[in-house]
Amino acid sequence: MSDSENEVHDAGFDNWLAAAEEGDAYYLECANGHGSLPPRRVCPDCGSTDLAEADLPETGDIQTFTVTHVPTPAFEEDAPYATAVVDFGSVRLTGQVVGVDPEAVETGLSVELEITVSETTGERVIGLRPA
Amino acid sequence: MSDVRVAGTGLTPFGNSPERTGRDLFAEASIAAFEESGVPRDDVEAVLYGNFMGELSEHQGHQGPLMAEAAGVRAPATRYESACASSGVAVREAVKRIRNGENDVLLVGGAERMTNLGTAGATEALAIAADDLWEVRAGVTFPGAYALMAQAYFDEFGGEHEDLAHIAVKNHENALTNEKAQYQRAIEVADVLEAPPVSEPLGLYDACPISDGASALVLTSESYAAKHDLEAPVAITGTGQGGDRMALHDREHLARSPAAREAGAEAYADAGVDAGDVDFAEVHDCFTIAEVLALEALDLEPIGEGISAARNGRTTADGETPINLSGGLKAKGHPVGATGASQIAEVTDLLAGEHPNSDHVADATTGVAHNAGGTVASATVHVLEVVA
Repeated sequence: MSDSENEVHDAGFDNWLAAAEEGDAYYLECANGHGSLPPRRVCPDCGSTDLAEADLPETGDIQTFTVTHVPTPAFEEDAPYATAVVDFGSVRLTGQVVGVDPEAVETGLSVELEITVSETTGERVIGLRPA
Repeated sequence: MSDVRVAGTGLTPFGNSPERTGRDLFAEASIAAFEESGVPRDDVEAVLYGNFMGELSEHQGHQGPLMAEAAGVRAPATRYESACASSGVAVREAVKRIRNGENDVLLVGGAERMTNLGTAGATEALAIAADDLWEVRAGVTFPGAYALMAQAYFDEFGGEHEDLAHIAVKNHENALTNEKAQYQRAIEVADVLEAPPVSEPLGLYDACPISDGASALVLTSESYAAKHDLEAPVAITGTGQGGDRMALHDREHLARSPAAREAGAEAYADAGVDAGDVDFAEVHDCFTIAEVLALEALDLEPIGEGISAARNGRTTADGETPINLSGGLKAKGHPVGATGASQIAEVTDLLAGEHPNSDHVADATTGVAHNAGGTVASATVHVLEVVA
């Protein structure tokens, strides 16, 4: 829903989306091995400020999901769509499941990251495609 | 340490009144609370006010002083925001102030104007209680987040939509006699199961409505109540607050509410009670699954068994621990900033024998109010007891 003429870059998050589009998705790992998502300066698990980028695994497993029929205005044209929480090992991600009938989505399904766009706004969206 | 007495409670009707301003709603609730308390407005030392989406729905920030003015109170005023737990945290701050001797009389409450935004606008406004970057931009709505938890619960512990439907039916049944409730209308299990899906497995009747409304409480110290001979037999004897990671995907458990467990344990310990002492509770049932998670977090049901509580009659009005005798958020309505303080008002009135459903808990001495923010990244729990 951002106005393209006044678009503000969200450092960290937009960088991550750009990397994910290139197939280089990452997560942040602290000195004690805790994973988290950017933008972040401090590990939420242990307070470590020593964070480094680590490669996100190619595939993850759906932990839970829902099919949304009543969206916010930003996804009005996209509904119904499936949203899932996916376990990628050190981190979990929330995204929209693409490339499959929403009613066929199930817990345990293996998926890979694929950045897509909202049909409503054209904004980038974290997508998850069955692997 | 002084007990904190609930000297007066006030609620507007909860429901659909898009033309009413937040200040008008809060004025009405506060007038009722002052009238019931017998406390003069001049004695109020501060106003603690909960509100979540005022910037979006009314283009109004800085609502603390505005609401003090609306209530006719000349005192410092602060707005508290913790999503749907906004007035729960306001009550908690008030309790701490009175206990530590800082204040003797406080006006606490909250209000929310929501229906003027329409369904899409309110859905968008509620969604900002989630993580904007990692959840909202992925299309997660507020019902969607609870649906993710509901599916996770079904996968981990079992249960089905029909179990959740019994919670909605129960809470609608309880609201039939509550004239402040948005829905004073009975529903059946089939209505819930056949309703349009919102975010599967949750449908329209699994969700609380979008509501306008306000709540207000006049809280006083025990010494003030005694000195002024107030009729205030109910006290807030325990308060607790818990927190959790913002995004659902960052939580250790997708089907539990650790923040509510933390808040409950703290409130029970503070009051010197345990879950076995609780006669009834008002819990934050913004969606049917939320009531299940709340019951388990408060140790009113074992983990994995809360799903069957309504269906098996344990939490119905005549069950062993009645839950949401007001109708809950589900049927009473959920003007988010008003909800936490409204739950305290309902528990107070139930304990004092002044609630239409008081007969169901005639011998009760201990009630609990549980208020959750967002997908329970924040939660408050309060224990109320009859002390006089």
